[in-house]
Amino acid sequence: MWQSLYAELKDKGFMVVAVAEESRGAQHARPWIEEAKSSYWQLIDTEHRLSDLYNLVNVPQAVWIDEQGRIVRPPETAGSTDHFRRMDLKTRTMSPEDQAERLAARQAYLDAVRAWVTTGKHALPADAARAALPRVTPEIAEARARFRLGVWLRDNGHATEGDRQMNAASGLHPDSWSMWRQAADLDEVGKASGPEFWKRVQALGDRPYYPPPKL
Amino acid sequence: MTVVLTPTAEYKVSTRDGLWMSAADAEKVTGWALKPEGMCRDERCVPLPASAVKGGDVDVEAFWQRLGGPVIASRDGDAWALGAPADERNAALEGLQAPDFTLPDVDSKPRTLSELRGKKVFLATWASW
Repeated sequence: MWQSLYAELKDKGFMVVAVAEESRGAQHARPWIEEAKSSYWQLIDTEHRLSDLYNLVNVPQAVWIDEQGRIVRPPETAGSTDHFRRMDLKTRTMSPEDQAERLAARQAYLDAVRAWVTTGKHALPADAARAALPRVTPEIAEARARFRLGVWLRDNGHATEGDRQMNAASGLHPDSWSMWRQAADLDEVGKASGPEFWKRVQALGDRPYYPPPKL
Repeated sequence: MTVVLTPTAEYKVSTRDGLWMSAADAEKVTGWALKPEGMCRDERCVPLPASAVKGGDVDVEAFWQRLGGPVIASRDGDAWALGAPADERNAALEGLQAPDFTLPDVDSKPRTLSELRGKKVFLATWASW
């Protein structure tokens, strides 16, 4: 997904780290990774450790980190948009206008990454970066622990109990699409994008699924 | 043996009555050492209630809750998860130093974020689901 960006910028002190939030394990991510023919890091995160550390709620989200290891843009949507919510569910296609807008938004995001790497543009000052961080609540902290235990239980022959913990996790942290969708996917492959997913997306109403980055 | 899951690791330790374990195991699992002042890590000590220490053993569940972290047990009590306290996560993020991590790549080779110091890093998630 990021290969052309990486190829273009790798000689300018730039690295891409793509992390698969994939509780089923590496074999589920592998076909996509091989297809991508990427030369940047492709990591597998079966426990969603990155989501825990960076307080992430969906994929794709990205964090920009500078040469000193400092966060210069907090977690935000990485190149996706809500146009998919208007797609024709029978044909699974978006209108040509929506497709064009989606592509333009993605292009604008990639241009912003490019500008950051070459000129430093879009890196937020510390106070602005701090203000834009999502807060971890005690409920979110508990949800992470339940999710962690749920993944372990599933891997160790206690699928039913694991499901229960993952559903409890999702209930404690309803804003996390990653928790809900991963729990659904472990329950049944494809369920994460099935009718229950669409119902949950519709219930958002005016709220975004992919909040646009504030570039 | 009981499995204890922390945010970054998995331990097998001998426990009794919930999450009581030897001070040595408690230190291995939590990174905090039992001292007369309480449980200590680096310069910081967290006092423990008298009811959470007995004969060189520590009630890790009570200690972890004292830290403000969630403690979740499996139904049979043979697996426990100790979650990071919300305050600890917020403080780390507000410092703006990118939390370090080590994760395997698709060929199981471990990769650590801080190895990339000196480069601009675009850290992005994705999933197959």
